[in-house]
Amino acid sequence: MTLRVNGSTHAVELDARTTLLDALREHIGLTGSKKGCDHGQCGACTVLIDGSRELSCLTLAVSSQQREVTTIEGLARPDGDLHPMQQAFIDHDAFQCGYCTPGQILSAIGCVSEGHADTPAGIREYMSGNICRCAAYPNIVAAVMQARDQMAGG
Amino acid sequence: MRDILAAEPDSSVAFLAGGTTVLDLMKLEVIRPERVIDLNALRGEYGHIRWDGVSLRLGAFARMAEVAAHPDVLAHYPVIAQSLSLAASAQLRNMASLGGNVLQRTRCAYFRDTSWSACNKRVPGSGCAALEGANRSHAVLGTSDHCIATYPGDFAQALLALDASVNVAGPRGSRRLPFASLHRRPGTIPHLETNLLSGEIITEFVVPSGAWTRRSLYLKIRDRQSYEFAVASAAVAVDLDGDVVRNARIALGGVATVPWRALEAEAALRGRPLTAEVARTAARAAFADATPQSHNAFKVELGQSTLVRALLQAASMEFQP
Repeated sequence: MTLRVNGSTHAVELDARTTLLDALREHIGLTGSKKGCDHGQCGACTVLIDGSRELSCLTLAVSSQQREVTTIEGLARPDGDLHPMQQAFIDHDAFQCGYCTPGQILSAIGCVSEGHADTPAGIREYMSGNICRCAAYPNIVAAVMQARDQMAGG
Repeated sequence: MRDILAAEPDSSVAFLAGGTTVLDLMKLEVIRPERVIDLNALRGEYGHIRWDGVSLRLGAFARMAEVAAHPDVLAHYPVIAQSLSLAASAQLRNMASLGGNVLQRTRCAYFRDTSWSACNKRVPGSGCAALEGANRSHAVLGTSDHCIATYPGDFAQALLALDASVNVAGPRGSRRLPFASLHRRPGTIPHLETNLLSGEIITEFVVPSGAWTRRSLYLKIRDRQSYEFAVASAAVAVDLDGDVVRNARIALGGVATVPWRALEAEAALRGRPLTAEVARTAARAAFADATPQSHNAFKVELGQSTLVRALLQAASMEFQP
């Protein structure tokens, strides 16, 4: 089957039961998307599919063909400049161990583009699908607010 | 895709829409389909959200998030928008279809964990480990000696309270049934959860409007503030003549084995002023037949308080006539 990931086309031979997450990590070599619970409860596997934040662990790779998948590896510009959300997570120290961070960042980009990042309370509600075992939540909220303003600026 | 609906499926086929229930349960080996059929090609035909001033038509393949954010749903059916936006997480709401949402399976731990041998839903005739087990989250309404698993959804309560109907399609053609007859109480055969026939899928929900639809809301009480299933919830829609209830529609979640219409409570409200006392009387009527288990007796009182608060909140809603 053929998958479109971060602007590139990948032809892969997969068992029909393979999730998008396993396809990304085990077959395409993009290990940035993390496997936490593998049951859609933790948000660590969050990717953008056609711009919508979704859980790659509950998505079949075979159902993802003809859709544009964006992972953490696809956010920085080719010249290495980080996406405003990546930079904001660094600026605000919005993680400790970092395991949930790729999912947090993709989810946060979705949260902003959906228009759900107006207030700290709104960010907390609309980011509740991303669990952080280190409880970096206050810093994550601060990072989302910073990136929100930069993303709006273009 | 038409051919898929025309084909006579066997019981080993699972239909896939958003995937958030089916793939989860496949990984747990709670369901073990031999074939999975991705129905998302039907999204173009049954992904609509259409309000014509008389009724709201929701395609079964519309995603929870798009319906929750739709201006017509927000303006005319607040209870529907709230029941969807208070459920799951943002990612799951982007993925999950309306049809799959109402068919989601119980969160009963004895159903989801196959290391427990006794679960009449998972293995018909095997017993019910929850009856003597940890049953804090289980149902107090609509239970039987064979199953006390709670229906976990939220959106279904909104549909039930508003007298929605369901259009389904399958090998024997299309038909419409009241949403109230979609789900089956467990009785002696808890593994049969709906009245859908083999090979039938939900294509559309049709929700009529009434004087009560705008004064409607969904109140959900949870163990944590967000991203959690209801411990108790209430979908209410009220039509008031001044303070007096002309018509009230009530469905309860988190406390019953199926989406639960509280007709006794509705009758107790009709023709009376919507005061705290009248609301409490109605709430007692809703739970008069409750059968608590060893760990969930609190749900009787919590369920009543939830309904009282929802009713009083609905009474105080303000909007332009």
